[in-house]
Amino acid sequence: MSMSSGQPAASPQTNLLFVAMKRVWSSIMPFVVIGAIWQIAGQFFPPFLFPSLIDVFWRCLEILMTGSMFADVLATVGRILGGLVGAFVIGGCLALLMARSQAADKFLAPILSLFQGIPALSWVVFAIIWFHGVEFRIFFIMVVTTLPAFAFQVLGALRAMSKDLMEMVFSFRPTRMKLFRVMIAPAVLPDILTAWKVNLGNASRVVVVAELVGATGGIGYELLQQQQLFDMAGALAWTLQIVFFVLIMQALLTLIENVAFRYRAVSERAI
Amino acid sequence: MTAATPAGQAAIHLDGVSKVFGKVGSAGAFRAVDNLNLEVRPGQMLALLGKTGCGKSTIFNMVAGLTEPTKGTVRVDGRDPFAEFNSFRGKMAIVFQGDRLLPWRTAIANVELGLEMLDVAVAERRATAQLWLSKLGLGGHENDFPHALSGGMRQRVSIARAFATNASILLCDEPFSALDESTAGKLRAEFVRLVKENGKTAIFITHSISEALEIGDRIVVLKRPAEIAYDVSFNSETSAEERDTIRSMIGKVLAS
Repeated sequence: MSMSSGQPAASPQTNLLFVAMKRVWSSIMPFVVIGAIWQIAGQFFPPFLFPSLIDVFWRCLEILMTGSMFADVLATVGRILGGLVGAFVIGGCLALLMARSQAADKFLAPILSLFQGIPALSWVVFAIIWFHGVEFRIFFIMVVTTLPAFAFQVLGALRAMSKDLMEMVFSFRPTRMKLFRVMIAPAVLPDILTAWKVNLGNASRVVVVAELVGATGGIGYELLQQQQLFDMAGALAWTLQIVFFVLIMQALLTLIENVAFRYRAVSERAI
Repeated sequence: MTAATPAGQAAIHLDGVSKVFGKVGSAGAFRAVDNLNLEVRPGQMLALLGKTGCGKSTIFNMVAGLTEPTKGTVRVDGRDPFAEFNSFRGKMAIVFQGDRLLPWRTAIANVELGLEMLDVAVAERRATAQLWLSKLGLGGHENDFPHALSGGMRQRVSIARAFATNASILLCDEPFSALDESTAGKLRAEFVRLVKENGKTAIFITHSISEALEIGDRIVVLKRPAEIAYDVSFNSETSAEERDTIRSMIGKVLAS
């Protein structure tokens, strides 16, 4: 006797489409809820407090379509990436030094911890007092605020490398360059990508503060203008530019992770 | 069967070797190897047998050049493997207790590792790695990552990796101890065949008397701290009775 549900079975394509739609919906749903709450609030408060999201959308579009405004977005993006690359290079070198030498570790670890304890806003004030050039000021602020995290994260990754695997690679007598390429770089890459993800969020917050106080262009500077005009739609539109940038970068890093770490076993049971 | 001290030019030579961990003479110092003299002829398969903690792995690491002896000299092909570490590139290969495969590399890329260190051209090293994977029954698994392979398959990949460089000296640290007896037995037989076919000099560390008798043509039993307690050579003509005698002697030495 055969059993039948009485309904035709869905084709694999339909199933795939359904799964894809479910996935898209689950990822946009939280934003839809927040947007709905905002729109409802807009009905009860004046526009300078809760402007319509449609207004915000048009302001976003204006920023993206107007050359001079988009240049401000690009300036901020450039400052974030420049600062992060600088902090990563310097932090990575310091981490290598600390991993190789106990004396360097003893000397540098307290300094990095001290740096980590200094608020970003203090660094902004120091940079304004110390330096004249706007770009160098912001670069300095970005580097010093993200450097300790990069250094500690890379150091942690270097120290967590498997001694057994290291010994195995050593048994083939690699040159320094080959040891780095076949063992060290792939072993620390997961932690480096995580460090980038974490520091990207930190850097995007710090850059806005730095631009707000010490720059004549960029998203932070534009936010200051919106604050002075009491223009909430503009403030939101400029804020969304940096949010979009962070989301795009996070997606890019996730893509790199998916390709680079396809070797990882995936358990069918979630944590 | 002969009480062995091989004659002729030794491939591996340990002369009065001691290894102390910690500061010599201090209360915390641990003497892992004590004044050890040992020679291994070219082409010989030496099984080093002893209880856990008797210093087998320390000897292994000193021969591999990964650890420096506190006293005495270690020579492999007439050179110091610790001081002249890089000169042994491609001359010595190791099969470790665990498979120690790089998880981010496929099976074939893991086998190619040693060849990469020797700057072998990509096409050539791929062909060599492919050949060794096929020899070890892993054809079709070249592009699998280690996590997708069973324990036995991973250990085969690590054996292929050691053989691929065509090193004349092979050091094996209990390579089959983590596998079930059936898989270990098959791999052991394959391993002995490959070592003999390729004329390697091998040191094989084990704590199993049966494994030592199956693999070696010479067995050295160590007592703690690593000193030779029993040293015997045999060959394919050694009778079953003689092997039983060796087995019982080793048992007595280990029990004492």
